[in-house]
Amino acid sequence: MVTYVFLVAAAMAIVFALVAIMHRSPVVNVLALIMVFLALAVIYAVLGMDFLAAIQIIVYSGAVLVLFLFVIMLLNIRKVERFGSGRPLQAFLGAAASIGVGMGVILAARQLAPSFGEVIEGAEKGTAIPLGKALLTTHLFAFELISVVLMASLIGAWVLARKEDS
Amino acid sequence: MIPIPHTWVLLLSAVLFMIGSMGVLLRRNGIAIFLSLEIMLNSANLVFAAFALKLAHEGQMAAAAAGQLFVFFIIAVAAAEAAVGLALFIAIHRLKESIDVDRLNILRW
Repeated sequence: MVTYVFLVAAAMAIVFALVAIMHRSPVVNVLALIMVFLALAVIYAVLGMDFLAAIQIIVYSGAVLVLFLFVIMLLNIRKVERFGSGRPLQAFLGAAASIGVGMGVILAARQLAPSFGEVIEGAEKGTAIPLGKALLTTHLFAFELISVVLMASLIGAWVLARKEDS
Repeated sequence: MIPIPHTWVLLLSAVLFMIGSMGVLLRRNGIAIFLSLEIMLNSANLVFAAFALKLAHEGQMAAAAAGQLFVFFIIAVAAAEAAVGLALFIAIHRLKESIDVDRLNILRW
């Protein structure tokens, strides 16, 4: 049962990722990407990582992609160029390069012996408790540094996007 | 026990990385390139999740929690990066009336 949920979510992620990179309308691209992220949240949930599923939906589908939609509507972009149009040689080389990279990773992954994960410790109460403990003890410095990074990006975005008044 | 081998997650992440890199290389609209970058970041997150699954199988629960926290940090950094990148595209659009990356050629010799 869980396996089928995983397979359906994986198929949805791949199909909507293709829509997200190929469709000509940026709004459709963003909506397809929201579906990809929801499918990935389902996969995290199926793997027993409920905290990741929650922040995937809240941060990615909720915050980042809404930001994308805002910018697309602010700049009023309706249709963009056709996928891979313009320079056929470069488009062919780009497609070949990315397929080569992907095939390399797939072949490498096939060399690994498959293993099945246990549910993370304390998972009967959700993974948020052990993750929160690790976040505020072992990884405290990185956790505090993230707040500095977010503040810097907030100020940076404001400086970059404001109008240059004399 | 989770009935999904971690190699399946790795395969899905490889396919998503391939799709994302194809989008980055073949699109010319700046926002479309950015969306493809987000797909690539998410495929990297899936690799961390897959190896957290493998470490949990081997009983290393602290390392498995660290793998999930890596995903958390990548999501936070990706949000910061999206804010700065979209601000850059707004600035470029103000300058060029377009965010087609082929038209950003003033640094060419």
